[in-house]
Amino acid sequence: MHVPVSITINGRQYSRDVEPRLLLVHLIRDVLGLTGTKVGCDTSQCGSCTVLIDGVAAKSCTCLAVQADGTSVTTIEGMAGDEGLHPLQESFWNKHGLQCGYCTPGMIMASHELLRCNPDPSDEEIRHGLEGNFCRCTGYQNIVRAVRDAAGSATGGAQ
Amino acid sequence: MSASTFGSGIRRREDPRLITGTATYTDDIVLPGMLHAAMLRSPFAHARITSIDTSAAAEAPGVVAVYTGADTEGEIGPAPCAWLLPDSGLSIADYHCIAKDTARYVGDIVAVVVAESPHQAYDALDLIDVDYDMLDAIVEPKESAAEGAPQLHAEIEGNQAFHWTVTGGGDIGEAFESAAVVVKETIVQQRLIPNAMEPRAALASYTQATGELTLWNTTQNPHIVRFLMSLVVGIPEDRLRVIAPEVGGGFGSKIAVYPADFITVFCSKKLGVPVKWVETRSENYQATTHGRDHVQEIELAATSDGKIVGLRATVWAGMGAYLSTAAPGIPTILHGLMLSGVYDIPAIHEDVYGLYTNTTPVEAYRGAGRPEATFMVERLVDLLAAKLDIDPAEVRRRNFIPKFDNGHDVVTGLTYDSGDYDGALTKLLDKAGYDQLREEQVEARKQGRYIGLGLSTYVEICGLGPSQVAGAIGFQGGLWESAIVRFHPSGKVNVMIGASPHGQGEETTFAQIIAGELGVSPDDVKVIHGDTDNTPMGWGTYGSRTTAVGGAALALAARKIRDKAKVIAAHLLEAAVEDMEYEDGKFFVKGSPDSSKTIQDIALMANVAWNMPEGVEAGLEATTFYDPPNFVFPYGAHLARVEVDAETGSVTLQRYVAVDDCGPQINPVIVEGQVHGGIVQGIGQALWEEGVYDEDGQLLTGTMLDYAIPRADGLPDIEVHSTVTPSPHHPLGVKGIGEAGTIASTAAVYNAVIDALQPLGVSSVRMPLTPERVWRSIQAAQEDN
Amino acid sequence: MFAPQFDYYRAGSVAEAAALLAEHPEAKLLAGGHSLIPLLKLRLAAPSALVDIGRIDSLRSIREESGTIEIGALTTHSELASSELLRSRATALAEAAGMIGDPAVRNRGTIGGNVAHADPASDLPAVLACLGAEFRVTGGNGDRSVGASDFFEGLMSTAIGEGDILTSIGIPTVDSACGSAYAKFAHPASRYAVIGAAAALVVDEDGSCTCASVTLGGLVPAPVRATAVEEALVGTRLDAAAIASASGLTGDALDADDVLGDVYASAEYRRSVAQVWVQRALSSAAARCG
Ligand SMILES: Cc1cc2nc3c(=O)[nH]c(=O)nc-3n(C[C@H](O)[C@H](O)[C@H](O)COP(=O)(O)OP(=O)(O)OC[C@H]3O[C@@H](n4cnc5c(N)ncnc54)[C@H](O)[C@@H]3O)c2cc1C
Ligand code: FES
Ligand code: FES
Repeated sequence: MHVPVSITINGRQYSRDVEPRLLLVHLIRDVLGLTGTKVGCDTSQCGSCTVLIDGVAAKSCTCLAVQADGTSVTTIEGMAGDEGLHPLQESFWNKHGLQCGYCTPGMIMASHELLRCNPDPSDEEIRHGLEGNFCRCTGYQNIVRAVRDAAGSATGGAQ
Repeated sequence: MSASTFGSGIRRREDPRLITGTATYTDDIVLPGMLHAAMLRSPFAHARITSIDTSAAAEAPGVVAVYTGADTEGEIGPAPCAWLLPDSGLSIADYHCIAKDTARYVGDIVAVVVAESPHQAYDALDLIDVDYDMLDAIVEPKESAAEGAPQLHAEIEGNQAFHWTVTGGGDIGEAFESAAVVVKETIVQQRLIPNAMEPRAALASYTQATGELTLWNTTQNPHIVRFLMSLVVGIPEDRLRVIAPEVGGGFGSKIAVYPADFITVFCSKKLGVPVKWVETRSENYQATTHGRDHVQEIELAATSDGKIVGLRATVWAGMGAYLSTAAPGIPTILHGLMLSGVYDIPAIHEDVYGLYTNTTPVEAYRGAGRPEATFMVERLVDLLAAKLDIDPAEVRRRNFIPKFDNGHDVVTGLTYDSGDYDGALTKLLDKAGYDQLREEQVEARKQGRYIGLGLSTYVEICGLGPSQVAGAIGFQGGLWESAIVRFHPSGKVNVMIGASPHGQGEETTFAQIIAGELGVSPDDVKVIHGDTDNTPMGWGTYGSRTTAVGGAALALAARKIRDKAKVIAAHLLEAAVEDMEYEDGKFFVKGSPDSSKTIQDIALMANVAWNMPEGVEAGLEATTFYDPPNFVFPYGAHLARVEVDAETGSVTLQRYVAVDDCGPQINPVIVEGQVHGGIVQGIGQALWEEGVYDEDGQLLTGTMLDYAIPRADGLPDIEVHSTVTPSPHHPLGVKGIGEAGTIASTAAVYNAVIDALQPLGVSSVRMPLTPERVWRSIQAAQEDN
Repeated sequence: MFAPQFDYYRAGSVAEAAALLAEHPEAKLLAGGHSLIPLLKLRLAAPSALVDIGRIDSLRSIREESGTIEIGALTTHSELASSELLRSRATALAEAAGMIGDPAVRNRGTIGGNVAHADPASDLPAVLACLGAEFRVTGGNGDRSVGASDFFEGLMSTAIGEGDILTSIGIPTVDSACGSAYAKFAHPASRYAVIGAAAALVVDEDGSCTCASVTLGGLVPAPVRATAVEEALVGTRLDAAAIASASGLTGDALDADDVLGDVYASAEYRRSVAQVWVQRALSSAAARCG
């Protein structure tokens, strides 16, 4: 069985016929070639695949492409706008919030969610807000700094 | 420029592509006509394969090929072990890429399917019918050595891969017999799963017409992959290009060249089209190498005033079902030689038994042997302190090697380069406010609260290492590094290195080295790595060696450039070379700095070569192969403060303070990041992480649902400090920092928990210190009282 | 990571979903997908088809009507956690929902899917049992409303039969002298409950406890009421000593044979320390009374 799916990603609309079993992350990465979104696990734990579906963070590995039909998705590729990097991207860069970078796209999307729900979080709240995103490199400390820093700067939404 | 760039915490050059999702990791690459491989892995830890029926899989939609061990026989050799530990009776079992008749761990490859899509490949795996005859399995290393244990390899007696010893200094037996105090402990360094966030992957593209192969691989050492790949699959090295594109962390797990890599290449070679294989996380848990897995029986002898007179240990190291690429060197050379730690220990003896077990092969994992050594020593020192009722800081002080700046011999045969261990501890205690923390502990105890302080003072061996030593210890490669520095006519610089960073930030720090040496802006330097066709040979990024060895190669290459530039500048300024001075990227005649030639001027002239000095070649480029005269020995002192809830056994890490000395810091922000990450990994071992097998060899922690890696919550902010002691033999004085945190932190946290539990009479808990383990040891201690 | 094949149907209404289920008896309902998709990815489930009810907006609501808070089955954990109504009137539910997994999981996982899946390590079954929830089921076996004790039948098994759809969950509203709370011992890897304790307390004007409900989850196949603890609390003033001594009876509620254990935490350990979480839940609930 193939099912038509129409989805807007980073402002551009895509229509494809997909197998129902296709995960959103595979649609994004393998069908549409937007490889910024990562896959780090097969049990929905690691958060590497986090995207925004209609502005709300979701694990794209735990959503079928058909479930996302008709939605508007933002991936890491859609975070920078005409004015340049998103404040979160800037702050991850400024605060050395990444090393190998593999967790970073998901981490930035999860941080976006955190600030959407809580624009002025404490360190404790940042740590809790990122509990669904694993990073094996940084020990998280500079990620926390980066999010705190981004919260301080003008909050710009995703495109 | 130069002075301010070397040593400044500038932002990383690699980040723009990583924060925008435009970096390219292996799984991001798509080639025309590419097929997808999936591995069928044994669900049993030890079983004879009596038959395999692949016919239904071969017929399944989209399937292009199915191969079993019979198909690879004679086509690809066994996955090699490349650290042939001498004088150890090393017995290497053949590690067939596809198991031929026996599967020896859950995850051993039994067949491979190649299909048009990953979905189709996985669908077809379900259709392969394998008959297994179950055999008894053995998973614990010490039990594997016991009489009557199930045997893994017919040709290897007693499952013993090797027996290695280190003996140094005075008579160990006598040291113990005459000692006033002896403390003993048995430690289980549990098995850990590295969990680099990027799973492993390989994309092989073989062109039958030319016999050339390009392999994109998640590796820490593409040149080693090329070398071993060539030996195993028979493609000449000159036809083989290995590319490590963006690599998402390794921590040792991406050093080895794995069966799945060889098989992926085999498939592409057979089919003449690109084939990609990407492991799933659960597959990673089964098949990508694990770390640690030691059972350690250790003892320390000392005088009544706490002066150590001897250390003796027996270690049973689980190696898994086969010996991975560098495995034999980890629990031996990188472990046993470090048993003196930061202390003056007059007699040391260790026996290490490497044992085959029906488990995933064990390899280097961040720290690789050194955390296991540090833990032993730091644990013993704490036990000694407790026994003599001396403060743990004081016992350490009584035994520290005194400050030295150019070589100190320890009895295991190593010569440490430089260190001031007391200096690091003093700074730590000061920054942490140790005396006050101890007072608070006394107060807390009065209120029935269990607060503990743990120290860990460590030294590590890194910057591997002199190639002559590599040869002597059986490492089947060199351990030098290389760098090419190439100035373009416009004064911009390309640096090509043989090492292969994968998150550590050397694209930035190496640009800073060039900036420091040659006065260009780091923005004008591009560091190229990870492609065997574009970079000089090098041995890779592990063992905290990239800056320690590769950075030295780079600095020396830059100095060669400077020397040549000076000759050209002298010619252009019509002066004698001896009269030339260099400062901040400018060459001028002594006393007249106003008329000068910049390095960019020289680069242009060298490249156009209109007016070169007699006998000087065109171009401004230098290559260096740097073979270090010795290892480097970073060190430090860490402190953890924990509180234990005695009712439930749960541990809260309240504070963590670190002082590390890695010599001069090229980029302190990056150093701090390495320290954070390393410490958290070590905390993970102390508190949360363990790869658990049941007695049948089933991996019970087989997914991220079961294996607890540290998360953002549950961790305090780590307080990072440093001291600076240059290495006397490194051109920049720098040491390594990639593994330091991990080496120190497990012991610090563990010691803190035991310190907290001291009023309850607990002196030992098996790691990780889960609430139940802590709770049970409290219960047991109460029953004993 | 690559699920087996299945067909997919999207239902626009409950009736349509019921019809699709009748037509495809081997099909499974898909709500938020946060229990089902992980199983599919590991090939631990292989339904022939999925009936997606995720867009039936009528099932996504939290309303108070005639003495009951009615929660649509598709209400997400995030919505539960942030609902002012729940936070004030069924605090334990909002609290527990806020402890599920992580923010992204909470954004998509639903209360209906959570209880229908009935994983013993889930948080919501114990809380809903504690709060006296009624589960409204429609479909194959007719419309009915089932109490918690009948709804949770055992390990991953509920009163939802073939062709049934859980449409909403009703919680009886309570007066303001009632406080409820949830305390959780989370597994360090999965974040599911190793032990979950839910408590709801009612006090009279003098601060004396008139009614107590205490339920345990996580360590048992289906939620268990700690009746001995409840009885010991009634009539006390809910001070620390009363709570501590009542919590001490937690073990009595747990039949040793029923307690679940795993490689992380054994049954014996869980049974021994469960009282600590009961005590924590009771202390917070008591603090919220009045
Ligand atoms: C990483 C992760 C962490 C998690 N952590 C926790 C945790 O800490 N605590 C916790 O409680 N849960 C946890 N969960 C599970 C989560 O709460 C799920 O959302 C929930 O269990 C299922 O809800 P769903 O809407 O996603 O259901 P689905 O996955 O869509 O469905 C689950 C099952 O219920 C059936 N079903 C769904 N809706 C209905 C309905 N209305 N009527 C009848 N049957 C229905 C489906 O057919 C399926 O069998 C976690 C999940 C993940 C992925
Ligand atoms: S890939 Fe790990 S949570 Fe989605
Ligand atoms: S930066 Fe490597 S996993 Fe986070």
